Amino acid sequence: MNNEATPLWQHRSNRMRLLLWVGWLILVALFLFCWQVMTRDTIWAFVSDAPRQAADLGGRMFPPRWSYIEKLWIPLWDTLNIATLGTLLGILFAIPVAFLAASNTTPSRLFVRPVALFIIVASRSINSLIWALLLVSIIGPGLLAGIVAIGLRSIGFVAKLLYEAIEETDVMQIEAVTATGASRAQILNYAIVPQILPAFYGISVFRWDINIRESTILGLVGAGGIGVQLQASLNTLAWPQVTMIFVVILGTVVVSEWVSARVRHAII
Amino acid sequence: MVNSADDSGLLAGSKSGAAYPATFKRPPMFIQRAWLRWVLWTLALVWFVLAISTIEVNWTRVAEGLDRGWRFVKGFLTPDFISRWKDIYAGLVESLTMTFTSTVTGVLLSVPVGIGAARNVAPRFIYYVCRSIVAVSRSLQEIIIAILFVAMFGFGPFAGYLTLSFATIGFLAKLLAEDIEDIDESQTEAIRATGASWLQLINYAVQPQVMPRLIGLSLYRLDINFRESAVIGIVGAGGIGATLNTAIDRYEFDSAGAILLIIILIVMLAEYSSGFVRKWVQ
Repeated sequence: MNNEATPLWQHRSNRMRLLLWVGWLILVALFLFCWQVMTRDTIWAFVSDAPRQAADLGGRMFPPRWSYIEKLWIPLWDTLNIATLGTLLGILFAIPVAFLAASNTTPSRLFVRPVALFIIVASRSINSLIWALLLVSIIGPGLLAGIVAIGLRSIGFVAKLLYEAIEETDVMQIEAVTATGASRAQILNYAIVPQILPAFYGISVFRWDINIRESTILGLVGAGGIGVQLQASLNTLAWPQVTMIFVVILGTVVVSEWVSARVRHAII
Repeated sequence: MVNSADDSGLLAGSKSGAAYPATFKRPPMFIQRAWLRWVLWTLALVWFVLAISTIEVNWTRVAEGLDRGWRFVKGFLTPDFISRWKDIYAGLVESLTMTFTSTVTGVLLSVPVGIGAARNVAPRFIYYVCRSIVAVSRSLQEIIIAILFVAMFGFGPFAGYLTLSFATIGFLAKLLAEDIEDIDESQTEAIRATGASWLQLINYAVQPQVMPRLIGLSLYRLDINFRESAVIGIVGAGGIGATLNTAIDRYEFDSAGAILLIIILIVMLAEYSSGFVRKWVQ
């Protein structure tokens, strides 16, 4: 069908295809190199043994020890408290940080804003489990370390989303309130806060949901909650108990996700 | 006309001026019924008191620890990169290689799963299979998967690689599927009208629409995987987390501070460069 006059349609130009090809080549080469470096110390006998190990583990894990749940109610209550109190603590610190980081409310773009942004990045890049690890070695094992760890991790998350919401506020409303002769505090209270309040509740509930997930495992490093039982069961190789704990964690996570989705749906 | 309308408005205002309230009270935003608001606040307060009362804090231990906390702050401000550099370097190499390989594998696997989990391009049976893969992968946390994989595959970065790949599938496939379900149907229709096969439909109608977002999400996941790789080392799945765990266990807060600073720096770098790449793609 195609003669010289009607050139064949091509998706991309030649130059683009060459670029794509080089890109893929680099990606594959980098992957192979990383793979080599990563598996240098891997003992392949263990890896090829994995299906047998998995079957063995599965045999040990089932059936779960249902009666163990009686010992899990109090740790579960602790876990929920760690997540909720930690979220409150995080929000408490995140609000001022967010207002300092948003370019339209910060007192100084040159000095205060970078500091606030650094606080956000530092808090966000370090997982709550690492915060917990640090805090357990500083203030000792227990619920308090878990709460503070969750709080520290939440600051960055809440503050980042909140300051983005503040920067997206409608300028007209702020101008209107300013025109009435309102002070700076009144502008915040009557022009900015009502605009970001739905976003704020949404973010808080979202973070609470994530915190429930994270607080279930904080006990692995000694920061209280159901993870303490998990660690103890793992250390004694009590796999039926481990399965039971996984079931409880999974149930909690599913319920909290459902609650969070319902609340966010109702707000937004 | 305009003037008279304004005047009548003013007149009406002055006539019924007494009806306007003198002060402004902000209306409640979410819960309109006052009694419900009170009940909720009371319940919250009761829970708060109960929760606080069940926390046992060993204040003498906390007071002892403050000294250590101060040493951590000092260690963070004067990080020691030198004395444990060999361990930090080894952990960092493991983390970075693990992050990259697992992201590539995860993205490659999540593309078919994501297409399968999109209702508008996949048959019903495949849709349910892929949706359940996504649900399982998303509801299990990285650290729990890591515990199981370490038990199966032995200690080291290989278990971590598998963990992160598995977690990537759930994250990316879900977002990709939602993106595919949101595509512009008229483009699919146009391609379908040319008599294209299913593969051609995916390649020419769906792929161009979701590609920019897929690249952006993959870069974001690269960033998340690096952060997670710092955590799963705690349960033995390789990476910088193991080094960090050791440093904290030995109370070497200056080395721990150095590791944390490196993590923060790499995350900042990844965030900055991914923003740059995303702008370039779109």
